[in-house]
Amino acid sequence: MTHRGGARGPSADVHPADAEGTKAPPGHPVASGPGFDDEGWPGGEPWPSPWPHGYRWAPDAADGYGRRPGKATDTTDAPAGLTEGARGAWPESRAVGARPGRGNLPGAPPAGAAGRDPGEKADGPWGRPRAWPVAPAEWDTPAGRRFVRGVHAVAGAVAVLAVGWTAWHGVAQPQVALAWGALIALGEAVWRSHPGGKAAQPRRPAPVGAAGALAYALLGAVGGRAAAHDVPQVVAVVLAATLAGAAGRPPALDELARRVLTTAFAAVCFQPPHHTGALDRWPGHGPYYVLYLLSLLALSALGDALLAAALARARTGGRYGPALRTELRAVEGPGAAIHAAGVVIAPAVGAAGLWALPALGLPLLFVQLGARRQEAARAVRHQTVAALARATEIAGHVPAGRSHRVVALGRAVGRELGLSAAELDAVEQTALLRDVGRLALPDAAPPAERRRAALLAAAVARRAEVPAGVVVAVERQAEPYRAQPLAARIVATVRAYDAYDEHDDYDDYDDPTGDEARGPLRALERLRLATAYDHEPRVVEALARVLSRCAPAPADLR
Amino acid sequence: MWALPATARALVVGAVLAAALCAAPALRAGSGVSWATVALLAAVCAAAERLPRRSLALPVLLTAAFLLPPAAAALVAVPGAFVGRVERPPVATRRLWHAAQQSLAAWAASYVFAVFPPLPGLHALPSALAAALVCALLVAVLDGAIQVTAEHRPPHEAWRGLPTGSLVPALVHGPAALLAAILWRGTYGPAAALLVLLPMALSGRLLDSGRRERAAQQAAVRALVQAVDLKDRYTRAHCERVGRASVLIARELGMTGERLEAMRLAGVLHDIGKIGVPTRLLRKDGPLTPEERRVIELHPEYGHEIVRGIAFLDEARAAILHHHERLDGKGYPHGLTGHQIPEFARVVAVADAFDAMTSNRSYSRARPVPVALAELHRCAGSHFDPRMVAALTRALDHRGWGPVAPADASDLVLSTSRNVPSGCSAEAAVGRGGER
Repeated sequence: MTHRGGARGPSADVHPADAEGTKAPPGHPVASGPGFDDEGWPGGEPWPSPWPHGYRWAPDAADGYGRRPGKATDTTDAPAGLTEGARGAWPESRAVGARPGRGNLPGAPPAGAAGRDPGEKADGPWGRPRAWPVAPAEWDTPAGRRFVRGVHAVAGAVAVLAVGWTAWHGVAQPQVALAWGALIALGEAVWRSHPGGKAAQPRRPAPVGAAGALAYALLGAVGGRAAAHDVPQVVAVVLAATLAGAAGRPPALDELARRVLTTAFAAVCFQPPHHTGALDRWPGHGPYYVLYLLSLLALSALGDALLAAALARARTGGRYGPALRTELRAVEGPGAAIHAAGVVIAPAVGAAGLWALPALGLPLLFVQLGARRQEAARAVRHQTVAALARATEIAGHVPAGRSHRVVALGRAVGRELGLSAAELDAVEQTALLRDVGRLALPDAAPPAERRRAALLAAAVARRAEVPAGVVVAVERQAEPYRAQPLAARIVATVRAYDAYDEHDDYDDYDDPTGDEARGPLRALERLRLATAYDHEPRVVEALARVLSRCAPAPADLR
Repeated sequence: MWALPATARALVVGAVLAAALCAAPALRAGSGVSWATVALLAAVCAAAERLPRRSLALPVLLTAAFLLPPAAAALVAVPGAFVGRVERPPVATRRLWHAAQQSLAAWAASYVFAVFPPLPGLHALPSALAAALVCALLVAVLDGAIQVTAEHRPPHEAWRGLPTGSLVPALVHGPAALLAAILWRGTYGPAAALLVLLPMALSGRLLDSGRRERAAQQAAVRALVQAVDLKDRYTRAHCERVGRASVLIARELGMTGERLEAMRLAGVLHDIGKIGVPTRLLRKDGPLTPEERRVIELHPEYGHEIVRGIAFLDEARAAILHHHERLDGKGYPHGLTGHQIPEFARVVAVADAFDAMTSNRSYSRARPVPVALAELHRCAGSHFDPRMVAALTRALDHRGWGPVAPADASDLVLSTSRNVPSGCSAEAAVGRGGER
């Protein structure tokens, strides 16, 4: 370990209190921390870092990543950027063999953080700047972007045509349209207005809104008299009501496009045969009629899931199968029941009259409220996990940005291995929770403490009430891969890659060998050499595939 | 059965007899009951009994009451009562009682519905609502009665929430059950009617989702507190005491309900930023150098940074960031003055200083409560909000302060704190900020 001393950032070796420059006002942002969005998930905008200027090291001594230029292998020299006071402290801390003070401020801001000079000295064997090869949130290939834009354009065209047609011809049966619009708008508004602010916004569209839209598309009669609305009016009313209900908290474009296209599809399947009387011949107005409506519901839900999966794939890459599985799974549960019950609103209104709409809509809204609360509980858990991960970074046990990178790359590897959304969440939570146990380690702790730290981290994970699988994965992080669940294997491999790839002061926890060489190729090689015991070959190969896809290939190898 | 008190036994026997009398007319020949409908509804009812919280039972009973004559409606609930889950003994008696209770409720609802002349569609709604109300009330009243007689619960507790508690289910389920009945009779048949009942089946599982959300929040706080505990055990204990003291103050200020809970969270989590302070500084028992002090003074911002993404903490986050501000603007991190400091932060500041003074620390011994209060009063106005200090004094007068045994009057050391620059020593205690 000793020969790596020169590579250490002074921040880790010298207690900040000993370094000069601590007079900088607290809260002065120096670098952006890893982006955790408002819900606490990685991937959002970076948060302003509380690290005061000067706690780290003299800025001129470090490159944009907090890495010092020219990795000296000299073990005794204090890094050039240190001030006199710090120099004095350096040999002392080395002499007692102390690990750098824990709680010293983390070293590198994440790759790609603000302030990086794009033309800076290339680092690593490929001559690329030290930027993470995987764009954290989205892959965003040109083809994917074209697909997303195409879907938006089609939905927009349908919406414009529908609204124009309806404006030209007037609204048929306005009281029915108004009642339906009110139900959809109410469903959207209730779904979005849960306390917790913007951070607790749901990721799925409002079930009652979607069910109401579908019911309006499948409405054939009102109180025994034939309904007069046509396909364009259905789309126009649903779109207007959705936007009205979401006032102030606009839905994502994807969500709107899906709503418009799904509604249009269902209306096209139902309204023309209904108006021409084909539906009266078959299935007629008997028990099969409800069955027909249900099959239309299933068809449009399937279409919606296909579309959503295609959009998700265009945005995040990965394979289509798992994305579709995720979308189909999102349909089951309360959402599916609300949809099915929503479909029955149409025949109920047809048989009983418009009063059936509030009579059925009200219980649906109650159910949706419950589903919303469940969603909020889920959000609380995720935010807690993210907060714990931030705590380990603030405590200086993990270099700032590492959890963020490990989550991004771990999810990519998980997708490559075909994991479902729940399993990807488990990977994410494992990556974020795994270092919490190190809070209990004293400032200088031998790497042999890993097992104890793992158990302590698992105890915290248990209190955070994460899924049992995540607790097990956290608990076994220090075991050989055969004793670990898949999530833990992925996290272990990706983390080791991150540590090998970019050596810094924190690594003797993750990388006790103290190997000096770094860079992606060397890191992958070391992972492959460790597949007997520490890393699962399947995961390492998946990681290699992910990296080969998105890392810029070295020019001389092309 | 024989283990029950005599009154309860009489109640069960009476209810069973009454239910049997009500159902008897259906069994007579020529009663004209549609047995297929009864069988189907009974099957649905039995399935509903297996659902969590029996959420579907009332809507199915009401549908039966609207579809069938009273005697037949009374029969629908019987099979369900005998397949349903019973948690506690005596199982057989409970089943018998449940069957009788549900039968009577269904009979009564059907009877009330039939009192009014049968009307089509919307016009049947008032009678449906009346029937639903009667049904829900009867179930609740009988529930209370058996609790009073068999378990000796006080009547006001057993019947708490009547009749308003029955109103909401009746208003929600009545119209839906009427619609189910109309669809059942209509051209679409029973399948459509069952679809109407589908969301009710879910409502039970989702009804306690509010409780689950609160549980998730509590779990979040427990996990964060556990993380503090890993870092430093003293800090965790200090945080919990500050949470208690904050609640004491907040109660005196008239906060209730969710705000009081938020206040507790603010107190419990106020020092979570200590996670970011090196352990050896937290445990140091010598004087702190100015640089070390500056490092420790970062902890409010660290804490705010950690909990920033947790939406439900809301006001507590402001308290975490500002609990070392002073009224005269000499505090940190932002040097806010007076009412610029959030109310929660002013409460936590007092509670923090109070616990810092009354607990044993590495560099000072605990002071007795009256001495600590005197210090707080001395610094009220310049450092602390006098309103909060007065509230704490009042609260301690009423309730006392349990966890800390006051130090002996003999070794009462007034200026134990080292690192006391000058001025009030409460300030000094807070200056070291309960960091150990």
